[in-house]
Amino acid sequence: MTAAKRAHSILFAAVASLSVAGLAVAGAAWADPSGEQSAFTPPSGAEIPKGGFGEMVALGRDIFTDTSKHAGAFVGNDLNCSNCHLDKGRLAGAAPLWAAYVAYPAFRKKNQRVNTFEERLQGCFRYSMNGKAPPLGDTTLIALQAYAYWLAKGAPTGVDMNGRGYPAPKKPERLDLARGGEIYAQKCALCHGADGAGLKAADGSVAFPPLWGPRSYNWGAGMSVITNAAGFIKANMPLGLGGTLSDEDAWNVAAFVDSHERPQDPRFEGSVAETRKAHHDNPLDLYGTEIGGVTLGENSPPSGPQPK
Amino acid sequence: MIASKVWLFFAMSAITSVTGRPAVAAEAGSVIATQGNGRGAVACKACHGEAGAGIPAVGFPRLAGMSKEYIVRQLDAFADGGRAHTMMSPVAKALSPDERAAVAAYFEAARAPATPGLAPVDEATLARGAVLARDGAWSKGLPACGQCHGPDGGGIAPAFPPLAGQSEKYLKAQLDAWRQGKRTGDPLQLMTVVASKLDDAEVAAVAAYYARLPPEAKGEER
Ligand code: HEC
Ligand code: HEC
Ligand code: HEC
Ligand code: HEC
Repeated sequence: MTAAKRAHSILFAAVASLSVAGLAVAGAAWADPSGEQSAFTPPSGAEIPKGGFGEMVALGRDIFTDTSKHAGAFVGNDLNCSNCHLDKGRLAGAAPLWAAYVAYPAFRKKNQRVNTFEERLQGCFRYSMNGKAPPLGDTTLIALQAYAYWLAKGAPTGVDMNGRGYPAPKKPERLDLARGGEIYAQKCALCHGADGAGLKAADGSVAFPPLWGPRSYNWGAGMSVITNAAGFIKANMPLGLGGTLSDEDAWNVAAFVDSHERPQDPRFEGSVAETRKAHHDNPLDLYGTEIGGVTLGENSPPSGPQPK
Repeated sequence: MIASKVWLFFAMSAITSVTGRPAVAAEAGSVIATQGNGRGAVACKACHGEAGAGIPAVGFPRLAGMSKEYIVRQLDAFADGGRAHTMMSPVAKALSPDERAAVAAYFEAARAPATPGLAPVDEATLARGAVLARDGAWSKGLPACGQCHGPDGGGIAPAFPPLAGQSEKYLKAQLDAWRQGKRTGDPLQLMTVVASKLDDAEVAAVAAYYARLPPEAKGEER
């Protein structure tokens, strides 16, 4: 899908949604009004087959939605895969697994080589989950692959599917952290807390995941690049109100979220400046830059699972 | 139990004196709940029960265990018109802000057992409600109710009230009130949008489902 077409469908969703009591109610942010290349529909959870393969698929789903419970050894924060890949990895516009599965093996700039899907999954644990990579062939990775493979049943291979990734909204000329902070206080703090640490339910389970601080994704994660965060937030946040923030607000609040300290980049070898040069040389990545007199990365909590 | 009540009393007076607000102690909350305030607010007990169990059959809501902040927000809404109800609005208007806080603290700490004797519902309806509660309906942009109301409907304090064990009639009435634009003022209009995506059958299913879940067993038995 071309950028112009993407923009068109987002715009359309926003207009179509003004119906209910004057509110902007975006349905699935990815409903393609032209119907020309409508988003792929993965099989429903009820269709998981019986038997050994089905059990592996179900385990993959459980790892995806309750990651520390089912793959705790590889997790170092309070997140689940499904916190960023909504509806158990099924939702278009939230980097769905079915669109990812058919796109690998693929070349990645991050490590300058062709990655298999299994290697891609390793990166999710190391960065987004601030944990450590399960070894290739580990049951954790096999189960996740089985789940993604099953979700992608019937999808074409080798194409960039409609609904893949986090569609980046149109970037404003300049980003405004102060404005981002205002949006955050109005529209995000209710669930993620004024301090970004998230909120727990009475039973101690994580209800709303942390956005920064020691229990969130680390400085090597895709979400710490403002472009990805803006795309995710525009399509999916506030929860249930995806598509309602203006492009500009989505960018500003994404920049605000990513202007806070979080666990160190696991590739850090002692110098924030060197790490920035090697891995964060991007104006839309605030690692190693100075915000309010402090250099981000200098005071990061350590990366990886910490002893309790 | 007596000890914990005494402790609660001291904790409350400590908080009110630290914040420098007029000391409306926990005692005052229980007096309002059981006897009213003598200035137009009748005893809450008459309709919500002394322990906050409500009267589910007629749609008088359970209040036991709800967060103080949520209860105060609703009393404010009844008083200023964001929510309107022939019985509740006059009661709320007759309460001072301090009295609202005191009676809210009383019901937050209250605990009431589940109401027995709910009529049986067919499996298919319950199953449909369970799917909405746990998975949502993302094809129309609807998150799972449990993402905001807690995994078992126990609520996520302070802003997201419990649904488990709530009166079925009341749950339905609230969802319909949002759908018809009669209940407003919900934070970020989150519920206005959620309710707008439900059809009649889904409202009935999810109300039936939550009404039959056990209420959170927390707070103090009275
Ligand atoms: C903090 C949010 C976050 C969490 C948690 C997270 N991811 Fe991701 N994921 C992302 C982002 C952002 C991208 C896109 C990154 C990029 O392009 O660099 C991504 C990309 C992916 C991709 C590739 C998508 C594609 O189309 O190429 C896969 C597969 C994936 N994640 C799987 C997982 C799994 C499995 C987990 C849990 C172990 C997980 N993710 C946890 C944010 C997250
Ligand atoms: C009604 C509660 C609610 C509101 C309001 C809300 N979120 Fe979220 N947010 C969630 C939930 C729940 C998840 C996890 C989604 C899931 O698991 O399905 C989430 C996930 C996220 C994530 C990815 C996970 C992580 O921890 O990094 C980011 C980033 C995020 N939200 C940013 C925002 C921003 C920015 C806003 C304000 C514009 C916002 N959210 C408003 C509930 C909320
Ligand atoms: C005459 C009966 C009656 C009395 C007395 C009464 N209430 Fe209510 N209350 C109701 C009804 C009925 C509702 C449901 C209103 C609706 O449908 O919107 C309600 C709703 C509420 C709610 C909203 C609950 C929710 O889940 O959002 C709160 C809070 C509340 N009452 C508190 C009180 C307090 C505190 C008192 C005592 C000072 C009190 N009520 C006295 C009948 C009563
Ligand atoms: C995005 C977050 C969110 C989701 C998802 C959500 N709710 Fe709510 N809900 C709220 C908030 C916030 C309130 C409190 C509204 C207020 O303060 O006026 C609420 C209140 C309610 C109430 C009123 C309770 C009372 O005691 O008066 C009902 C009933 C309810 N929700 C049902 C549901 C159902 C059923 C679903 C799933 C179909 C659902 N909610 C999904 C955020 C949410």
